[in-house]
Parts: sequence; structure tokens; C-alpha cells
Amino acid sequence: MIKRILAVIAGVAIVGGGGFLWYAWYPALPKVAPPSPGQFSAAQIERGRIVAAESYCVECHTRQDLGGGPKLAGDYKMVSPFGAIYSSNITPDPETGIGNWSEEALRRALHYGVSRDGSHLLPAFVYDHFTKMTDADISDLYAWIMTQPAVHMTHRQNDFPLSVAPRIGLAGWKLLYFRPGVYQPDPKHDAMWNRGAYLAEGAAHCGACHTPRGLLGAEKVPGQAYDGGTVDGWIAPPLNDKNPTPVVWTEDELYDYLRNGVAPLHGPAGGPMSPVAHDFLATVPEADVHAIAHYFADIDRASQRVSGDKAALQRAMEQSKRDLTGGNLLTDPDARLYQGACSACHYNAAPMPVLGRPELALNNALWLDEPTNLYLVMLRGLTAEEGQSGVAMPSFYNALSDHDMARIAAYLRRTRTTLPPWTDLDKKAAEARKLVEEPPVNSSH
Amino acid sequence: MIKFKLNGRDVSLDVPEDTPLLWALRDDLGLTGTKFGCGVGQCGACTVHVGGRATRSCITPVSAIEGAEVTTIEGLDPEGNHPVQEAWRDIQVPQCGYCQSGQIMQAASLLTDYPSPTDEEIDGVMGGSLCRCMTYIRIRKAIKQAAAAMQSKNSGETSNG
Repeated sequence: MIKRILAVIAGVAIVGGGGFLWYAWYPALPKVAPPSPGQFSAAQIERGRIVAAESYCVECHTRQDLGGGPKLAGDYKMVSPFGAIYSSNITPDPETGIGNWSEEALRRALHYGVSRDGSHLLPAFVYDHFTKMTDADISDLYAWIMTQPAVHMTHRQNDFPLSVAPRIGLAGWKLLYFRPGVYQPDPKHDAMWNRGAYLAEGAAHCGACHTPRGLLGAEKVPGQAYDGGTVDGWIAPPLNDKNPTPVVWTEDELYDYLRNGVAPLHGPAGGPMSPVAHDFLATVPEADVHAIAHYFADIDRASQRVSGDKAALQRAMEQSKRDLTGGNLLTDPDARLYQGACSACHYNAAPMPVLGRPELALNNALWLDEPTNLYLVMLRGLTAEEGQSGVAMPSFYNALSDHDMARIAAYLRRTRTTLPPWTDLDKKAAEARKLVEEPPVNSSH
Repeated sequence: MIKFKLNGRDVSLDVPEDTPLLWALRDDLGLTGTKFGCGVGQCGACTVHVGGRATRSCITPVSAIEGAEVTTIEGLDPEGNHPVQEAWRDIQVPQCGYCQSGQIMQAASLLTDYPSPTDEEIDGVMGGSLCRCMTYIRIRKAIKQAAAAMQSKNSGETSNG
């Protein structure tokens, strides 16, 4: 009897193992001669440029540390909980890029996360989103990539366990977490919503930063989709109705933010979100950005929540004004610190904040569970190219001590929100400072 | 190489990226109207406009203003006759004068946002601009005079137009 049970177990193991190998194994696709640029029409290349912009290819396939690198040539450093990963060269260089990939090979990589040689790709290449892209979009994308300048360049060695372990381990990850399939329109919604969903869930891969990830790095979908995540040390705020800003993200606010990098009632896009607006979504058809805004205004249930906005706005503006013009300045040293360092730009009087004078009482940074984003903006400032174009916020890296930053954070949380105080503010200020690698201002004075 | 617009003119500067804008203005571009006060963004003496917004130049690295439009006290008005400057002269606001170009730049920006500011609004926005000579009473008075002058000028333009 025992023998028979063992035999059954062994049989299941063999069949299962065989099945897994069948699942895990992909053939190498033949190398092709790099396509001649003349074989693609200008219209197709332009459509491909838009697909690439909506996928932010350049952002993660161009080195940004050590002074930057050539466009699409890879070596962009991504810090994951498992170690550093350096992105691939996706220029048409045949040796170090993807110049001898066929369109089929690119499609397989995007849809199934498999390289031309048949090996599994790390999910830092977010094929869990790219799998939703249509064949037509991928065909256009191929035309654009193959007509970009070829750059001969290899990336640094990944500091990542699976880059040395057999990549078959990735097939197990895919079996657990990866569900391939092109986006299917939802008939309950109109064409604009479906266009927005197609872009947001697919090419634009919003969830890659805005959805929390589990122990093995997979997005916790669908259960916690858009509950908020982290990227490069920043908090990527929730995009659903858990977003804590007192005034909701309406379709108009979302559009302004995504298109121009600043929303009148929510402030500027900082950190990794700034290039999403300025470098990419500012360059694609307006209708696509409207569609993404339309989709997220539904995801965050803006229309059901917007009724409280007027009161919330009024409360925020009164709160902002009261502390800086009343008796509090005499009794509250934190208010004085804030007034000296911040209020020349961040003071607002009712009824509406002035554009370029972001109202912190309305900003995500004060309402998130941690002060990380507030600290990072204090430390780094914002350049004229980030957030609201042409306007800069200074870097307070050398101007405020960790304790000063903690006092300002505590003061703003206490006076501008209705939420419980943040904890360990001094320690977290020091941690945030470590994330800002180099002091952005030399101390020449 | 950092490129930006300074008082309406294109400039390009070959300085380290983390050079504070204040030092670029004073030492490399020769515009010394903007003053060094505290060096940590707490006193307002170094205030210039970046994209029309009052900005502390002592803690703003030049790398942050690539492509932006910077206006200093020298460029606020070609003749030095911005309504705020006229009011400053009328009322004889400065005492030692060191903080005043920062005060004027901050006040000009205040009047763009709040054309007819209340005392509270003046305090809220100007609170970060310190004056050791305590000219605050005259500063407030001059801001109100400038606001009135700008409004009568604007309404004059409107009625004429």
C-alpha cells in the first residue's frame, strides 16, 4: 500500500515536474538582420514614439546615475529589495542591444517576459503590465525602437541572486503571479474609460509603483490594486479611494497633474512622478491623457466623494492662514520656524491657493502614513524642470537639520491635517537624508 | 553648462552644478544687488524671482534653474521704477538697506498673488524676510502704497482701453 502511495506521489511529481518544464521552457527565436529604417513608414514610427512615451521606455532604459547615459542604452540602476538590477540596452545595436530581435521576439518579451534567447526576464521589466498591450501597438513600438540610434554598451553586473541562479526560478514566479493576456475591453464602460484602463493597466504600468508588492515582489492584485506603493525611496500614494488628500483627485486635477506636472489643488509632481508628466505624457495625444485621468477619477470614486471638497478646501485655507498671522507665532516656535523657512512661498489666503504657491494642507505629503515624501522634497527641493515648469523650490539639505525638519513635519501634521501625529520624526529625517545621495548645494559660504 | 534667462537675457554658465544661484549671480554674473544674509534660506535677503516666484537664491543650486527665467533686483524694472521701488523711495523704507532688495523682490511677488493685500497677507508672505533695522512698519506701508498705485494704474489702463 505504502509502495503504491509512493508510486502515485512519484508519478504526480514526474508529471508535474514535466509539466513545469514544459511551462518554463521557451525556444530561442532566430536572430534577424537589423531591419532597415526605410521599411517603416513615418506614420508608424510616430505611432511607435507615442506607445514608447506612454510606456516610459526611456526612463528605465537610460542610465541616470554617474552623469547619465545614452538614450535606451540601458544600465539604469533599479534598487529592489533583493538587490540592484541594471536595465538592458534596447537600442538596435545587434551585439549589446536588441538589433537582431524580430518583431515576434519583442512581442514575446512584452507579452510573456521571455528574452529572444528563450531565457526568462526579471519582472523588473514589468511584463505583467506589458502583456496587456495589443499586437498593433507592439508593432508600432518595434518600428520606433528599431529606428533609434544604435549604441554599443553593456550594463553593469546585477547585484541580484537570480542573475546568477538559473533563471528557471523565474518560471516558478510566473506560475504563481503572472497572468498573460492582452487587455480585454470592459463592456460596462465606455470607450474613453476602456482606453484609459488599457493604457494605465498596460503600457503606462501605473500599478508598478502605486500598488503594494508582496514578499516575492509581485503586485498584490487585484485585492490591493492602487493601494499605494514605494519607488526609489518615495511613497507612491494610493490612486484609489484610499488616497488621503482632503480634496479628491477629480478628472480635471488628474489631467493637469499628468499633463503639466502640477494640479492646482494638489500641487506639483515630485520625485519619480515628475518625468512621467514632463518627459512622457506631455508628449502624447491629449485624448490619451484625458482617458487615463478619466479612468483614475473612476478608480478613486471622485464623483461620489467630491461633495465634501468645498468644505475641505475652506478648512484647509483657514487652517493655513490662522497659524501664520495670529498669536500662535508668539507662542509656537515651530510656527515661527515654518514661517521663516516656508511660508513666503507656501502661505495662502482664502479662497483658493495660488498656482505656484502650493497649499501644503491639501498636499498628499502631509496626509500619507509616513513623512518620507515631505522630507525628500525638503531635502532635494524641486528643479524648474520638475513639478510646475519654470518654478523651483530650493534645497534645504544644508539649511535645515534633521531636528528642524522633524519640527516642521510635526507642526504641519498637527496643524494642517486631522490625522494622528507621525512617530520617530528625527530618526526618519536622518533616514530620508541618507536617500539623497549627494548634497545638492555646495557649502561654499 | 547651465542655461537660463536672466533679466530677459539668455545666459549660460560653466560652474559646478551645485553652486548656489546667489554665488553665480554675484560672482560669475556680476549682479551684486542680491545679498547674502543667512545662507540657509531663513532671512530672505537673497530673494530673486524664478519663473516669477520669489525664491531664496542662497540654497537654490544652479542646476535647479536650467531653462528657467530668473529676475533679480537689477531686472525688476529697467529704470528701477517698479511701483514697489517707487513706494520704497517715497516712504524712505530702508535704513541700513542690506535686506531691502530681498524685501522688494518678495513684495513684488506678493502683489502678483495678492494685488490688494491685508495686513495678515503681508505678514504671512513677508514673515520670512527679516530686517535687523526693524523697518517692518514702513515695509507694510510701502507695500500698501505700491498696491494702490498698481491698482489705479491698472484701472486707468482698463478705462483708457
